[in-house]
Amino acid sequence: MKQLSTKVTSNGHGQDSSYFLGWEEYEKNPYDEITNPNGMIQMGLAENQLCFDLIESWLAKNPDAASLKRNGQSIFKELALFQDYHGMPEFKKAMAEFMEEIRGNRVTFDPKKIVLAAGSTSANETLIFCLAEPGDAFLLPTPYYPGFDRDLKWRTGAEIVPIHCSSSNGFQITEAALQQAYQQAQKLDLKVKGVLVTNPSNPLGTALTRRELNLLVDFITSKNIHLISDEIYSGTMFGFEQFISVMDVLKDKKLENTEVSKRVHVVYSLSKDLGLPGFRVGAIYSNDEMIVSAATKMSSFGLVSSQTQYLLSALLSDKKFTSQYLEENQKRLKSRQRRLVSGLEAAGITSLRSNAGLFCWVDMRHLLDTNTFEAELELWKKIVYNVKLNISPGSSCHCTEPGWFRVCFANMSEDTLDLALKRLKTFVESTDCGRMISRSSHERLKSLRKKTVSNWVFRVSWSDRVPDER
Amino acid sequence: MGLPLMIERSSNNNNNNNNVVELSRVAVSDTHGEDSPYFAGWKAYDENPYDETHNPSGVIQMGLAENQVSFDLLETYLEKKNPEGSMWGSKGAPGFRENALFQDYHGLKTFRQAMASFMEQIRGGKARFDPDRIVLTAGATAANELLTFILADPNDALLVPTPYYPGFDRDLRWRTGVKIVPIHCDSSNNFQITPEALESAYQTARDANIRVRGVLITNPSNPLGATVQKKVLEDLLDFCVRKNIHLVSDEIYSGSVFHASEFTSVAEIVENIDDVSVKERVHIVYSLSKDLGLPGFRVGTIYSYNDNVVRTARRMSSFTLVSSQTQHMLASMLSDVEFTEKYIRINRERLRRRYETIVEGLKKAGIECLKGNAGLFCWMNLGFLLEKKTKDGELQLWDVILKELKLNISPGTSCHCSEFGWFRVCFANMSENTLEIALKRIHEFMDRRRKF
Repeated sequence: MKQLSTKVTSNGHGQDSSYFLGWEEYEKNPYDEITNPNGMIQMGLAENQLCFDLIESWLAKNPDAASLKRNGQSIFKELALFQDYHGMPEFKKAMAEFMEEIRGNRVTFDPKKIVLAAGSTSANETLIFCLAEPGDAFLLPTPYYPGFDRDLKWRTGAEIVPIHCSSSNGFQITEAALQQAYQQAQKLDLKVKGVLVTNPSNPLGTALTRRELNLLVDFITSKNIHLISDEIYSGTMFGFEQFISVMDVLKDKKLENTEVSKRVHVVYSLSKDLGLPGFRVGAIYSNDEMIVSAATKMSSFGLVSSQTQYLLSALLSDKKFTSQYLEENQKRLKSRQRRLVSGLEAAGITSLRSNAGLFCWVDMRHLLDTNTFEAELELWKKIVYNVKLNISPGSSCHCTEPGWFRVCFANMSEDTLDLALKRLKTFVESTDCGRMISRSSHERLKSLRKKTVSNWVFRVSWSDRVPDER
Repeated sequence: MGLPLMIERSSNNNNNNNNVVELSRVAVSDTHGEDSPYFAGWKAYDENPYDETHNPSGVIQMGLAENQVSFDLLETYLEKKNPEGSMWGSKGAPGFRENALFQDYHGLKTFRQAMASFMEQIRGGKARFDPDRIVLTAGATAANELLTFILADPNDALLVPTPYYPGFDRDLRWRTGVKIVPIHCDSSNNFQITPEALESAYQTARDANIRVRGVLITNPSNPLGATVQKKVLEDLLDFCVRKNIHLVSDEIYSGSVFHASEFTSVAEIVENIDDVSVKERVHIVYSLSKDLGLPGFRVGTIYSYNDNVVRTARRMSSFTLVSSQTQHMLASMLSDVEFTEKYIRINRERLRRRYETIVEGLKKAGIECLKGNAGLFCWMNLGFLLEKKTKDGELQLWDVILKELKLNISPGTSCHCSEFGWFRVCFANMSENTLEIALKRIHEFMDRRRKF
């Protein structure tokens, strides 16, 4: 039997994770207000559906942009032929300015340093191809976006070593955790090429503090490594605080145009802020010419459709639209987050205080039978199959503490959110009663070798391959 | 006996004194291939592009395999379909949000069905395509790389017949770490692949301790502009079965065959085979960049008879999805069978006429081309003009053509041709007038030469 590559036979695609399994269950029985009111509500998908009306009304007022016309004249041929991997200059300019606007125009982005990619999925992978050899490692604070296991490691052969963060300080990154992760990599004989953070964080829904950012910049400076800051959620910051980008920190520390600044790279995308994941628009921003050059050539493998570049350059160049959009987006996200948080509180559930993102990091530790990942899995199954809510268990995000779940709030209507909260409240109330009964019999101690515990719960991404994973 | 050299994994660590952290080998290598003359000619064009009115003595781009002959058909169709201009329905674009959210790596079902239908039409119904076996990627560039990641491991090899599309050096090798071992073809039999050449290439790889994972052909061929004969395809498949390797057929130019009957797709060969172990090694790559002239929209596909490959390719396509906006726009156009039938027919006809124009024009100037029947270019033989039949001799002539005639054409060496003096000349990326001007320049050049 002719074989396929090891990329096929490994499960580096990451699709056996609960993160994706939950999606599959949702697909089988999706909630619909009218046709399937008892179906599963999708709360595991970090989509932003709150502001489409703003874009739709812009489209209605600007029909040329989506119909491949400029000033009423067809530019079909021009767009059809445009495949220059440098990207459309007007589009990159509009992206640069949009990124500046999100950061309060405190820092500037040079369009020439932007490399376009088919989504941040592609952007992150491309950066790793440029920065790491197979077997090199990147340090990532946990919990992190489950997709990174695929995006950063699958085809690149790179490794992820976790920077363990804990609830004791709101999952913030500490100096000790950074050092420990670095040492762990060395123990595993892995060369560390950099740190990758998501800011604001997925799944925490919090923006990195200035203290953490300073720490990170100091750390990569002393270790002579790279820092990738995935700022895909930068436009979803709704808290009272301003969003602080790593670019702000470079400026404030007077590190612009220094050698360190060449090792700091920003990844962005329009999938979350603008809610356009289908259009596949991602970007790498780097001060290192060689990286820009190599990544530009690599973008041949994932160019942004020219018709999409054209549409979005028109949209983003409309400053009246962008400022109105950003403001309204933040308002609606804040209101939605509040709704989720108070609904959870009514069910006796707290969450990490969040100020950004499309989700909350919810604390369900008190609902676990035992403080174990098996118990987390059991709880997750109940919530998915009985309560019919697809939420993401913390273990799928490599969280080191069991009992945390990521719950999305921006991908559904208010009514659907209310219904989800109602179901959850009912479940919690029944569980409390149920638990009081079962506690007294205390026969729920499970053997650690229980077959239902899947590999993925314990899989730590940086360990050597478990033999039966082949 | 000396000690084996211990090469450190990160051997580029030498300048730690300079405090410069290194980039990956992939980033600093030149496997992207952009230093080849193939790309240098483009630069010369960019710096001095021909324009009928503003720059009539500029460089005419004949190195770009684009299809510009049938845009009017597409434009008219799209205009008729969406007279109000909105792609997502009338009045405020309902359907927009659903489209904007759609990032399922299965791809839009209507679009996959449209692609399957279109591919069937191109093959005159001689093969069926199951929409569920279609995986969408952002262009054939991505499709070929993706397939390589799936079929081969780093340091494995794919066998590719020469001459081949220069971009393969990057697409198949750069990030994958896979090697290309050439199957040498020559003009003695019109550059067709022979069983001997196949064996020889395979042996070369084995002798170098390289594991061969598959054969990758382009059919119709770039740069030859000719279809692969049915017998050759059958031999190829036999070879792949015997060696237990894969067969990838890049059929990106399938809709550009001048006479439909002259094209045999590997899909046709496989159509009548029941043996799954044979079928499962066959994979087809396609794209809308050449037949429809839409390289900017980034629409490529992998079609595989192997379930495992389809599943994995689908997952990997996350790195290179087709914009849902583009899928939406093209879905109804490509499933409009009446339109596509007309388009395919007229496109073939126009390309054929262009081809005849250029070949006759060259003939009058005393230049022969390989007998071609497809594609957007002809394979021109200038061997008789070479002072020395070497790579340098060829590049010298290429340079003269670029600098004196101001024509950017592609030298055979950039396509890894083992015979010197062949050049690929594109004819579908310009107006008829421009083509005439290019031919005129060639005439005058040949006249001048004869006078010496």
